[in-house]
Amino acid sequence: MTSPDNLPEVPGAEVPATPEVPEAPIARRGMFGAADSGDTSGYGGLVVRRAPQLSSPRPYGGYFDELVDTLESAVDGAIERVVVDRGELTLHVKRERLLEVAQKLRDDPALRFELSLGVSGVHYPHLAGEELHAVYHLCSITHNRRVRVEVSCPDSDPHIPSTVGVYPGHDWHERETYDFFGIVFDGHPALTRIMMPDDWDGHPQRKDYPLGGIPVEYRGAKVPAPDQRRAYQ
Amino acid sequence: MTTGYDEATEGKVYSVGGADWDEVVTAGVRDSEAERLVVNMGPQHPSTHGVLRLVLTLDGETVTEARGVIGYLHTGIEKNMEYRTWTQGTTFVTRMDYLSPIFNETAYCLGVEKLLGIEDRIPDRAQAIRVMMMELNRISSHLVAMGTFGMELGATTPFLFGYRDREMIMDLFEYITGLRMNHAYIRPGGVSVDLPAGAVDKVGEFLKEMPKRIKDIRKLLDANPVYLSRTRDVAYLDLTGCMALGITGPILRAAGLPWDLRKSQPYCGYETYEFEVATERGCDVYSRYLVRMREMEESLKIVEQALDRIAGPLKGDPVMIEDKKIGWPAQLALGPDGFGNSPDHIAHIMGSSMEALIHHFKLVTEGFRVPAGQAYASIESPKGELGAHVVSDGGTRPYRVHFREPSFCNLQGFPAMAEGGQVADVIAAVASIDPVMGGVDR
Repeated sequence: MTSPDNLPEVPGAEVPATPEVPEAPIARRGMFGAADSGDTSGYGGLVVRRAPQLSSPRPYGGYFDELVDTLESAVDGAIERVVVDRGELTLHVKRERLLEVAQKLRDDPALRFELSLGVSGVHYPHLAGEELHAVYHLCSITHNRRVRVEVSCPDSDPHIPSTVGVYPGHDWHERETYDFFGIVFDGHPALTRIMMPDDWDGHPQRKDYPLGGIPVEYRGAKVPAPDQRRAYQ
Repeated sequence: MTTGYDEATEGKVYSVGGADWDEVVTAGVRDSEAERLVVNMGPQHPSTHGVLRLVLTLDGETVTEARGVIGYLHTGIEKNMEYRTWTQGTTFVTRMDYLSPIFNETAYCLGVEKLLGIEDRIPDRAQAIRVMMMELNRISSHLVAMGTFGMELGATTPFLFGYRDREMIMDLFEYITGLRMNHAYIRPGGVSVDLPAGAVDKVGEFLKEMPKRIKDIRKLLDANPVYLSRTRDVAYLDLTGCMALGITGPILRAAGLPWDLRKSQPYCGYETYEFEVATERGCDVYSRYLVRMREMEESLKIVEQALDRIAGPLKGDPVMIEDKKIGWPAQLALGPDGFGNSPDHIAHIMGSSMEALIHHFKLVTEGFRVPAGQAYASIESPKGELGAHVVSDGGTRPYRVHFREPSFCNLQGFPAMAEGGQVADVIAAVASIDPVMGGVDR
């Protein structure tokens, strides 16, 4: 059986789109990632599409429904999207309402996410208008629950309100995310680089920032730098 | 960058060249109205646990302000992983917190397994081996914490004891994985190789010897008056402070909260082992020491239970997931270099099945694909909650991997512990956090 993900692209022929699944943008063509030689495999025409953005319908299952209900009644309209995937709950929150949501998540007796496990950044250059994501993992010791809060901002306006006031432990985490992704956390007490030197150019974890490295020579043979090597994708 | 400095904005700057400390202090005190001295400790200092820099503002012997500066050991592990396959990722993460490599690998592999949706299909023997290795690793990590701690407070015997006893665990690791550190032993789907012949006996011998060694350290330190006066009520951080700063692990348990992911959110089958969570109420350096000592004793219990299962009901079971699309050949024979191949597997792919050869080649060079999405897996490492935030775009390489390193988070609590205390207590505070800079900076 073939799935829409790996149908061969026949030039000129219409590929019928599955009605209920909208055509996702193309992630890559070909199968083996080889661009330096001709396609001898016959698989060069394969099209891999991006995974669609998830948005889970109710019921979410477990304690997720109760949690989302409580939060939604407290901060009406702040949650853009709820995703339940692999047993984990992700709340996509509007960035201008982040502080409010964080405060409620921490202080509401029915939520009580008192322990934050920090901030992690992800760069999705293909998501126009929401390229940069800040991901917060929260844990409730009172109820033994976990939740993930995700906030996005466009590359052209990389600002997200700082949550250091709610979770003081975010101080270094936000500095790290700023250092690696260039997300500016407004209101952070001292947003400076933390890992890279202060005069460093660029933000290394972004997808448009090259890995770098030099070719390695060994007994006459030359091995290219890791990001220049032929790679199977 | 300018070589000079502006006295108007920066104040008087003194250069210390060595052996002129007295002159500088006298000059500093004479010139300054506030009698305030900013001292740079590190990044190269034997008692700062690697390349950690501390900037201390002193008023006499009292620390009025303390700031930690990190980043001197940043190696770009998270970025590098985006250019390697999912399996190769284990060889990178094992180098983060180099004192607890098994934990780094496990957290990462649990994240990958969650993304693959294969958590329930990991063989029990692999899980039991993981648990045994993790608990051995916990003991070795705590032994280094104890040892260096003693040395930093001026006692060399705990240091020698700690490293001597840790050597037993290093030998076990070398025997089982082929390497003392940087094992890359835990792999997505199981472990890289089954225990070699004789490993069960060796671990059994270790279990007989180790309780005595822990007792020796306890005899040396538990009621030592010098040790007590250096650690009791020093670097106090209570539960509220720990919660606000996101501090986990022995520091949190020394503040009285029995929060241990092995109990509260079990993974790798920890719910089936019997052990207790060590807690203390002192919130100080001494309590953290006691928590670590008790955790070592509890770890021994877990190792014993895991070993019984490995040698008993789970004997001969596979140690890698049966799924041929994910699991690498794991029945390896030990070679003279500590690594080894699987003779049966080589005979099969080279001699009898062309398809198996192609399959093996693709699995090793291209790797397996992980469905798009994100997952967060966390485990209780010796330092606290070690979390792996793993993001996949559906390809053969990680899209983004971020580690919630306990050392990184706990080190943030250092100013809260050190400010208002004595200079000498700064060392005790840092040592009780037990940061490993390889993990902090990644």
